[in-house]
Amino acid sequence: MSDKRIELQDVSHAFGTVEVIKSLNLTISDHEIVAIVGPSGCGKTTLLNLLSGHEPPSSGSIQRVGKARMIYQQDGLFPWLTVEENIALGLRHQKDEEARRRQVRDLLTFIRLEGFAGHYPHQLSGGMRQRVELARALAGETDILLMDEPFSALDYITRLRMRHELAEIFNERPRTVILVTHDIEEAAQLADRIVVLSERPARIINVIPIRLPRPRNLTHPLVVEAIHCILAQMGLEDAVIGPELQPAKA
Amino acid sequence: MKERPSSRQKILLPLCVLLAALALWSLLSVLRLFPESLFPSPGQVARGFYEEMQRGRLFDDTIASLFRVSVGFVLAVVLGVPFGLWLGHRVGARMAFLPVINFFRSLSPLAWIPFAILWFGIGDTPAIFLIFMAAFFPIVLATLSAVAGIPTIYFRVAQDYGIGGVEMLCRVTLPAIMPQVITALRVTAGLSWLVVVAAEMIAGRDGLGFLIWDARNGLRSDLLVVGMIVIGFMGVVIDRILVQLTRIPSVRWGYER
Ligand SMILES: Nc1ncnc2c1ncn2[C@@H]1O[C@H](COP(=O)(O)OP(=O)(O)OP(=O)(O)O)[C@@H](O)[C@H]1O
Ligand SMILES: [Mg+2]
Repeated sequence: MSDKRIELQDVSHAFGTVEVIKSLNLTISDHEIVAIVGPSGCGKTTLLNLLSGHEPPSSGSIQRVGKARMIYQQDGLFPWLTVEENIALGLRHQKDEEARRRQVRDLLTFIRLEGFAGHYPHQLSGGMRQRVELARALAGETDILLMDEPFSALDYITRLRMRHELAEIFNERPRTVILVTHDIEEAAQLADRIVVLSERPARIINVIPIRLPRPRNLTHPLVVEAIHCILAQMGLEDAVIGPELQPAKA
Repeated sequence: MKERPSSRQKILLPLCVLLAALALWSLLSVLRLFPESLFPSPGQVARGFYEEMQRGRLFDDTIASLFRVSVGFVLAVVLGVPFGLWLGHRVGARMAFLPVINFFRSLSPLAWIPFAILWFGIGDTPAIFLIFMAAFFPIVLATLSAVAGIPTIYFRVAQDYGIGGVEMLCRVTLPAIMPQVITALRVTAGLSWLVVVAAEMIAGRDGLGFLIWDARNGLRSDLLVVGMIVIGFMGVVIDRILVQLTRIPSVRWGYER
């Protein structure tokens, strides 16, 4: 099997006359975690929809090896199923009833919603729903995870904690992950590579590799440097990085 | 701000209104503002009620009406929901059928009465036919619009998790439309109950509709009121039974947004 999980070649996408993605080239290898950051409305969700195959691109080609699951930005939980039943959806291949129950329980512990197994999504807060959605996608053996701002509704501390635990989950069971996020810290702590997109139509304006094992401390110099690099790129911080630390241009 | 009534209030407040209405009725009949044959007193109605109970006719008529409504309504649901599902998934079929369905939905089912009698004579069949005509089209419409309105995201999620085919129907489509279908069932069951009375008045030899028609012909205004009370009461009972469907945990989400 090739090492390339996902390959986009000269992909463009438009909704009617609105150009959303323009000649995008991107290769993502097996078990790589790629974070995608970019301004709101630039086409990140659209890019994930193309990657999942739910939407065909207007032009260009997308290769994908393996099954993908998406964690949706808005309510992707089935409102007619309880938290427990929604998570169990991710374990449909698991025939052993007892093993399935145990896995669901472990995931509920991971997202800290042990007491909410029997609740329905409409009885949960936005952040709780997001965590259930994460648990559902993590349940089972999916190779590719497409995450659309999975922590956007969580408070800062919970976000830090979830990030840390997610890093450990990925160490235990590596997967290819594409993480769309507005949180630059999150990108710097989790990703092997950060892809910075431009305003719509989205083009790649920078790719920042971070070679550092996970979980990473938020204050690790390389993490700080990556954050600085993105902020400088957006003109929000003065660039003070020496030439030896300059990121590779896309 | 919504007030939360206590359970005692929930019983006492409506009871007060009921007693007040009864008192007004008694007062009007004691004052004899209208001739007794046109405006029966509560006492007369109570006696008429007892009389009908003794003869067993009231019970038989109620059963006859309920039977017709049940058969016509169940037929409409069993045929209407699958048809609506099919139309909801097929854009072409929807375009083809929608004008016809809208036409028949707007046509009063009572307009079918002459044909119902010509085709089916007198008895159960014409009433069942009319109830079916009243309930079928609204059920089809509600089902198809519910299906067409299911957010795409649910189907995408289902695909991500390997759900397809019949399983998609049972685990995604049906639960997603259930709240709207249940609302449609409540509305059409009420409609069917309205229609059965009219159908029996004209094409019946028994049933609650026939009971009040018969009372009118016999100038028994007390029995007329008895019939009206039973019809209204049964209508409420039918709705209360169907409301229970909205209490099912897996459909609550549809009513709490
Ligand atoms: N189904 C659609 N039909 C038409 N236009 C669409 C559709 N979906 C998205 N767009 C347009 O595509 C652009 C990109 O949308 P997208 O949802 O991908 O943005 P995003 O980068 O995910 O934004 P955010 O960070 O706010 O989630 C927007 O300008 C939007 O108006
Ligand atoms: Mg988005």
